[in-house]
Amino acid sequence: MLGTRLGELLQDTPEGVGEALGLVTGFDDALAHGFARLGEDRSAALAALAGALAATPLGGPVGEAVEKIRAGSVSDEHLVALAGGRAALFGAAHDALLDRLDTALGRSRPAWRPPAAEDGEVPGNLLGGCRVWLRELAITGWRGVDHDLVTASDQTLEALLSAPRLRGLAVLLDGLAAELRASCPVGTMERLPVRRWADLWTRGLLLSQAGAWDGGAEPVSGRLLILGTEVHEHSTVVRAQVHAILEPAGGAPPRLVRASVAAAKVDTITGPAVWRLLGGYPVLLGALAGHRTLEITDMPLLAGGDLVWQEERAVAGEPADPFATARILLGRASPAAVPPLDRHPVRISEPVLVEGYTTGGGAFDLGGAAIDVDVDRLPSCGPLTPEMVAASSSCLGLLRWDGGRWLLRPMAVLTTVKRKPVAAHNGDWALGPTDPKAAKAEARAGDGVAVLRERAGRLLRK
Amino acid sequence: MDAERAAWERCSVVRVLPPVEPRKLAKVPFVELADGRLQGVVSSGSDIARVYVSSITAGTHTYDCSTNNNRPCGALHGSPCKHLRLLADEAVLQYGIDRVARYLRVEASGDDDLMSCLNGHPERTPSAVVFSRFLRHLAYLEVPGSTAPMAELHWFPAAGAVG
Repeated sequence: MLGTRLGELLQDTPEGVGEALGLVTGFDDALAHGFARLGEDRSAALAALAGALAATPLGGPVGEAVEKIRAGSVSDEHLVALAGGRAALFGAAHDALLDRLDTALGRSRPAWRPPAAEDGEVPGNLLGGCRVWLRELAITGWRGVDHDLVTASDQTLEALLSAPRLRGLAVLLDGLAAELRASCPVGTMERLPVRRWADLWTRGLLLSQAGAWDGGAEPVSGRLLILGTEVHEHSTVVRAQVHAILEPAGGAPPRLVRASVAAAKVDTITGPAVWRLLGGYPVLLGALAGHRTLEITDMPLLAGGDLVWQEERAVAGEPADPFATARILLGRASPAAVPPLDRHPVRISEPVLVEGYTTGGGAFDLGGAAIDVDVDRLPSCGPLTPEMVAASSSCLGLLRWDGGRWLLRPMAVLTTVKRKPVAAHNGDWALGPTDPKAAKAEARAGDGVAVLRERAGRLLRK
Repeated sequence: MDAERAAWERCSVVRVLPPVEPRKLAKVPFVELADGRLQGVVSSGSDIARVYVSSITAGTHTYDCSTNNNRPCGALHGSPCKHLRLLADEAVLQYGIDRVARYLRVEASGDDDLMSCLNGHPERTPSAVVFSRFLRHLAYLEVPGSTAPMAELHWFPAAGAVG
């Protein structure tokens, strides 16, 4: 059944997505070379982007920005207009793709309703510092980036990390800076991740205007049934994003939600050791490792479907198998609307249960329709391996879209190891590895966090 | 090949930094390939409050080692001291020899001993810069956790296994 529905999804790309992303490619090429020396072709690419938006409310500002930048004036105001234009094209592509996905899965997604504005100040000087760096990058272009330009972001980034309300921006720019630093001098690289870096630049610039756009939250209570965990990380951050179904107290229909816990880290803390950095969330981690439900009381839920996790508002409940949860509830759970500025294909990550497939060539064949499985990015802090995925019969995963194709990223599999049936979930090792081999390897590596904390205690506050 | 490159360049999620291997941090808590150098911090074997700042410059392969108070390492006489050797060993563990050799622009691979492939000489480098990068590195462990939705992390999936 899912096979037929996925077949429709995989058949072709929605109309207009290719054209929209073609305009983005022109923009990204201009950003790779720098707005300071656009040349005729790249000027024309920016003009094409402005032309495509001409009939929209962004038409005026983007058109003016392109004119000014072609004339050699690169101001913050013009750059944010361009970033907005690029984001709008991705927004349109996102909507078309997500609509196709919702149709295939039979999910009915509510329209976006702006939440009550959240009050709270954001440090304007830090946002200004970010805009300065992003402007320098845009003027120079990726190909011109050198150590000095990367290092110029250091002080701003350091201050940014201590501003809780700007954490997302800090994590994003820190990740970009680390990639640029490792790629210096960028001009000598054989290939440039132009789409990726332009995405990060765009989102960074939008976040640098007034901070994040999470908005106000509503308190929710009920039973939380975990579907699975996706791990996000770069050198200096790790985040467990838990996908779950909320059965609201009072009997309202079930809802798809996410709960996220993140910790700062350093590059040498890898593998199962990263869970120790998330030790401040024992209730959530305990439920992941023990496959239990959670009872939550007045937990804040943002309009985009994200719970703002608070340990003291959750208690562990009875055991629950995520595969059973998916079979019984996933078809009925309603997804959340997407915050307007988050509308980018990369954010599409819809939980699905896939069964009855054959595996081969890095894909699941669901009776005619084959979907590529993203086994390259299985988290090293969990038990899943490419071999387990290849031998699996059921998979709880996230449907994603990138580079013109749909992908399934596994969160859990039912599989066979040494002829025995095994269930493996990304969050199984949240309280430490349950596999003796992995536990031994972790013990051998020693407690890096403790070593660094000792060094910090001795050297940092002198 | 060109088509493959174009497809890669048009993906939002591609791996730019390869995942690093886990290693013990007790002797060499900090190693990085940055600022055109292999640089890091080596804990003193005799004094727990002292660390050495060691670095090898890419291309020229000149090297330096000094304490965090900027006193030259006593063991550095025309040839690399044990701190530099430890630094090189741990860098190879962390990044793999290919990546370190490529960064330093040196011919070395497989089981080669990295230090014996270099023929630079001692040359002072600003150790304060490296030491402050180490302190900044340590400071990450003091940054509080976050439960914000941070959609930007969708661009940073798990690094995956070391390949």
